[in-house]
Amino acid sequence: MKEEEMASATAESKTVFGFWVYLMTDCVLFASLFATFVVLRNNTYGGPSGQDLFSLSFVLSETIILLVSSFSIGLAWLAAREGNKRPVLSFMALTFLLGLAFLTLEIKEFNHLYQEGNSWRRSGFLSAFFTLVGTHGAHITAGLIWMATMMVLIYRRGIYATNVRRVTMLALFWHFLDVIWIFIFSIVYLMGIIG
Amino acid sequence: MNLLGRLNLDAIWQGPVTAIGQLTVLLSGIAIVGLLFYFKRWKWLWREWLTTVDPKKIGVMYIIVAVAMGLRAFSDALMMRAQQAVASGDNSGFLSSDTYQQVFSAHGSIMIFFMAMGLMFGLFNLIVPLQIRARDVAFPFLNATSFWLFFAGAMLFNTSLLIGGFAATGWLAYPPLSELAYSPGPGVDYWIWGLQIAGIGSLLSGINFFVTILKMRAPGMNLMKMPMFCWSVLGSLVLILFAFPILTATLTMLALDRSLGMHFFTSDFGGNPMMYVNLIWAWGHPEVYILILPAFGIFSEVVATFSRKRLFGYTSMVWAIWAIVVLSFIVWLHHFFTMGAGANVNAFFGIMTMAIAVPTGVKIFNWLFTMYRGRIKFATPMLWFMGFVATFTVGGVAGVIMAIPPADFQLHNSLFLVAHFHTMLIGGVVFGFFAGLIYWFPKIFGFKLNERIGRYAFWCWFFGFLLAFIPLYILGLMGATRRLDGYDASLGWQPLFIVAGVGVLIIGLGIALQALQVIVSIRQRNANLDKTGDPWNGRTLEWATASPSVFYNFARITPVNDRDAWWAEKQVKTPPPKPRYEDIEIPKNTSAALIMAFLAFNFGFGYVWHMYWLSVLCFFGIITCLIIRSLKDEHEYTLPAHDVAKVEAAIRRRYA
Repeated sequence: MKEEEMASATAESKTVFGFWVYLMTDCVLFASLFATFVVLRNNTYGGPSGQDLFSLSFVLSETIILLVSSFSIGLAWLAAREGNKRPVLSFMALTFLLGLAFLTLEIKEFNHLYQEGNSWRRSGFLSAFFTLVGTHGAHITAGLIWMATMMVLIYRRGIYATNVRRVTMLALFWHFLDVIWIFIFSIVYLMGIIG
Repeated sequence: MNLLGRLNLDAIWQGPVTAIGQLTVLLSGIAIVGLLFYFKRWKWLWREWLTTVDPKKIGVMYIIVAVAMGLRAFSDALMMRAQQAVASGDNSGFLSSDTYQQVFSAHGSIMIFFMAMGLMFGLFNLIVPLQIRARDVAFPFLNATSFWLFFAGAMLFNTSLLIGGFAATGWLAYPPLSELAYSPGPGVDYWIWGLQIAGIGSLLSGINFFVTILKMRAPGMNLMKMPMFCWSVLGSLVLILFAFPILTATLTMLALDRSLGMHFFTSDFGGNPMMYVNLIWAWGHPEVYILILPAFGIFSEVVATFSRKRLFGYTSMVWAIWAIVVLSFIVWLHHFFTMGAGANVNAFFGIMTMAIAVPTGVKIFNWLFTMYRGRIKFATPMLWFMGFVATFTVGGVAGVIMAIPPADFQLHNSLFLVAHFHTMLIGGVVFGFFAGLIYWFPKIFGFKLNERIGRYAFWCWFFGFLLAFIPLYILGLMGATRRLDGYDASLGWQPLFIVAGVGVLIIGLGIALQALQVIVSIRQRNANLDKTGDPWNGRTLEWATASPSVFYNFARITPVNDRDAWWAEKQVKTPPPKPRYEDIEIPKNTSAALIMAFLAFNFGFGYVWHMYWLSVLCFFGIITCLIIRSLKDEHEYTLPAHDVAKVEAAIRRRYA
């Protein structure tokens, strides 16, 4: 390997490894929120419980949208590694739209709960619910902003080593949010519906 | 809409005692600005320090901030000791209850977050890259961001002194007291956002140095050839990575309770205050190990260097560190055995707590065996080590006593506990960091500190410490609880409190001597210049560079063959081959870190005073900064090989 390539490979491994480490810390952050949710999930203070509030079909559609978006960001990443600009942009655009759809659904659910008087002020359970799911939603929002920035960047400057690295990290981030969502789906919604 | 939120001028006046503090802060601020104008140093400050991404400079800035914050928190300690020395019986002392509560809350929070953490990150920055023969940290810009976030958090704490007052809820702000219902003022919000901003900085530093140590060691330096300080830092970093996200989440939840009316930790609506206590200690217990592990690492370097021997039991030292790392996550409940979790749970946590004494004991004995038959030189870092062995062992034994749940039910929240953790934190962390600062001072600034004044300072600290805290052990056993602002005269506690107060004054004398030591050493620096780069006949690679080391640390990254790499290289008598230099990539200075931290400060300030427009504005400002920064590809410039050769030749001339 030439020296330049070696330097770029080190930078690559450093940055991506660092991003992995960040993801693990984010995992601990979510773990704290999950733990709190599990402790507080029955503290409804006379208010509604998960059984009264959640609709499985609605959450399932959210889940499928997010899973498909995870697939499409994977395709964008593969295309980036191949150096093909157009498929990267189109798969990213698809992911962006799916992410946006997911976020819209989540906001719709939140709004619905709020309108019915079941806001985060209602009980410890609802505080924990809104915070846990909302933190995931905030991450999705951050991911969408990042993705939009990346699309502009790739559109203008094309695909080169630094950009591939950025797409790699974005894809990792997006997959990570998918994994977190699976836990939210199971622990918050499924367990909530079972009661 | 009120643009100023709940901010108004009434928030400035908080009583005469606070006014003295406010004047001190204002006058020192004015003095700094005045001096900068007088010496026309603004440009220099901006170019050389504020926008730097060089870990050596960032490390120095960490230490300056930490010392300043430490002095502030020490003055809090003086006030507490003075209050308790006089507030017996009808005398209610000179502090009102509310001020007293703010004083002890500020003392604890500042000492941990802005004194100890600051010194720790300062030493990480200054020493870790040098010890692994790296030119920089993994992410230089992130490193600058970490520092400035730390600084922003510290400034938020200082702002609370100027306007609005600090939290009166203790250093960990337990709910429900810290909830809106009982602490409606801005104090707890200052606490939350000061810690949150600084905590995110610490987390980013944790990631940065973790990657640095794992990915940037010189070729040949496998993990088991790493200096013990780096091992201890690595242990501390793993704890940071696991613990600080918990703090971030916990503080966020408390903030949501206070601002959006959520019910995580409230005593009604299904909130659970004990959940907070569990979460905060799941961070808080590892936190004290985050601080003590690097101190252990420093002692390992100091003892080996000044005993002229290899560190005894290197492998067992490494395993002891990792045992401590793992155990520190399964002992948090010992902070609240009184919660009522039941005998089995308490027994588990009690036994795990006692188990920590085993790896710690292994380390103590390894240091003693390193000294055994060594050619010991009692330089000041060694004195701090000897002081540490004495105090830390006493404190550790006190800790094992409290690890017994039935004993803890008696000692919980007593001054015995306060004495215990001060023995660990002063006798362990502070003594350790002092030893490190004196040991590495020539590497950082290029000249040694005055030894004689250093010895005087040590003895003041050591005896002052004993006088200040042994009475607290006794008082704790007599039933004195922590955070008292007055007590009944018939209890007969006053003499002991007076002795403790005298002890703190002697520590104060020690601090004054340290200040004198620095001043005298600067004046006599030409006599104490470190011309070799290796003033102590050291063993590890930081001594292989010039003192102070060049901005790129090492002109050549040569392979490492031995655990005590520099010691081994010194033993090879053959003259080094004529060096061939290479181009070096240097990260460019940037103001982005400073700007983002400034925005973060204003974000927190806006939140504290309910100026939400300011918080929203700053939040989007930070996002914009991040996007602009991420759009750039080139963050480095290249220093050509012939320029490196020039710098190296200049150093050789300087030392010839």
